[in-house]
Amino acid sequence: MNIALLIILAFLLLAISLGIRSSKGKDMDLEQWTVGGRGFGAIFVFLLMAGEIYTTFSFLGGSGWAYGKGAPALYVLIYITLSYVLSYWLLPEIWKYAKENKLMSQSDFFVSKYKSPSLGILAALVGVVSMIPVIVVQLKGLGIIVSEASYGAISMSAAVWMGAISLTIYVMISGIHGSVWTAVIKDIMMIAIIGFLGIYLPIHYFGGYQPMFEAVNAAKPGFLKFPEQGLSVSWFISTVILLVFGFYMWPQVFSAVYSARSGKVFRKNAIISPLYTLMLLFVFFVGFTAILKVPGLIGAEADLSLLRLSIETFDPWFIGIIGGAGLLTALVPGSMLLMSVATLLAKNVYKEFAPAVSDRHVVRLAKFLVPVIALIAVYFTLNGGETMSALILMGYSLITQLFPSLLFSLKKNNPINQYGAIAGIITGLLIVICITLSSSTIGTLFPSLPQAAKDLNVGIIALAVNFLVMITVSLAFRKHTVKLEPKSVNDI
Amino acid sequence: MKIIYILTLVPFIGILGFLPFVNRIEPYVLGMPFNMFWMAMWVVLTSAILGIMYKLDPRNREGDQE
Repeated sequence: MNIALLIILAFLLLAISLGIRSSKGKDMDLEQWTVGGRGFGAIFVFLLMAGEIYTTFSFLGGSGWAYGKGAPALYVLIYITLSYVLSYWLLPEIWKYAKENKLMSQSDFFVSKYKSPSLGILAALVGVVSMIPVIVVQLKGLGIIVSEASYGAISMSAAVWMGAISLTIYVMISGIHGSVWTAVIKDIMMIAIIGFLGIYLPIHYFGGYQPMFEAVNAAKPGFLKFPEQGLSVSWFISTVILLVFGFYMWPQVFSAVYSARSGKVFRKNAIISPLYTLMLLFVFFVGFTAILKVPGLIGAEADLSLLRLSIETFDPWFIGIIGGAGLLTALVPGSMLLMSVATLLAKNVYKEFAPAVSDRHVVRLAKFLVPVIALIAVYFTLNGGETMSALILMGYSLITQLFPSLLFSLKKNNPINQYGAIAGIITGLLIVICITLSSSTIGTLFPSLPQAAKDLNVGIIALAVNFLVMITVSLAFRKHTVKLEPKSVNDI
Repeated sequence: MKIIYILTLVPFIGILGFLPFVNRIEPYVLGMPFNMFWMAMWVVLTSAILGIMYKLDPRNREGDQE
């Protein structure tokens, strides 16, 4: 075992020991942990949300796309920024309703708004399906970090297994309490390392940013612009819009919204949050520097670019530090995601079907599900050849299907009923799954369309059809709802 | 209240709406290709716009409980 791996291992042990310490003595129940007693102020909500948004994807996937695709990688920076504009209006509304109705989870929100337990189960399942690709990203990240830091001694698949096992152990030991401190350490380390790499590497190799970009542009003409077709301007706009709609639909992010002290917290955070995303520019700088310094990484290998370049440049002990920070960015969100999926399945799906079971039974089932979900994620990690970015985009296409019915539910006189919402969401999901499995694009489905329309993100079609089905079915079942459920008339 | 709604749209128009016209490499600004600089600039502007919205929004003048 080399020094880099030893340092990474030390980080893992540190994270686990912090997890053990944070859970000792505090016997919080599920509810308290999820919404933190609704007492969090601006800074804490900011950290909580940043911790969930910036994962190993921002570290490795962002530089990977800059390396492999060039300018289109900027979508990561823009969708997060524009999501904060949406958050100014959306989050205080969600928070207010959740507080008035003492809601705990995203699924509760749908149940309460549409008076429909089935919709709650469906929303929970959508959350589960969408989060799997994101867990796969974290496992891939762990695998990449461990195998790269071993300088080839550990194969990628062995590293993925090790990553999955560490993640499972971490979740099992630190439990649902997690460790806020690990999250804080993770954020500080990530910013410090990304800032350092993004400034040092381009200057070290090219003497500055402009010479670096000029060299990239000379070697790969057009790479720094959005191409005419494929990942073009219209792809960028449609993808960003899709991602902005999906940004707050993640169940764990939704729960973080509930934890705030007031709606004002979100409006205040919206001001400062976009500046935090500028950190991603430094990630891109690393990816662009890697293009000429570690050429030849093709397809999903592009995600290795940050670490490969670092290995070329630095001593093993420093690779250990970078790998350790990377490990935390995969471990912290990975554990939250794994726990969210397990809790959703146990609490919002299983318990709905078996209402008589005790809470303790539900917690035990959730714990049992953790390794099962980890195994499923390992399967997809080892059998899928996608880049991290492609996986994240897929997760977003799925989770965004919740947006139309959520948005309408915030209206005073919501014209949408539970039948419309359910039909819309299911249609949207099916379209995303079919398109993903057949790897079609709008271009292959409708070859006669103009190029700009062909490049639209396929998730947008699913969203549009979802929306239309939702409205049509709601209108068709309007009388039906009123007759069957006189109580819900006020909400329609 | 009206002006706040308009301000909400400004970052979307500035970033997404103007993209076809700013999709170019030259001139380099702060060492970045122009399209990348344009977006970085808009991230900072978005922050400023949200700050203005916050100041104009009467809801934020009330206390924490709202």
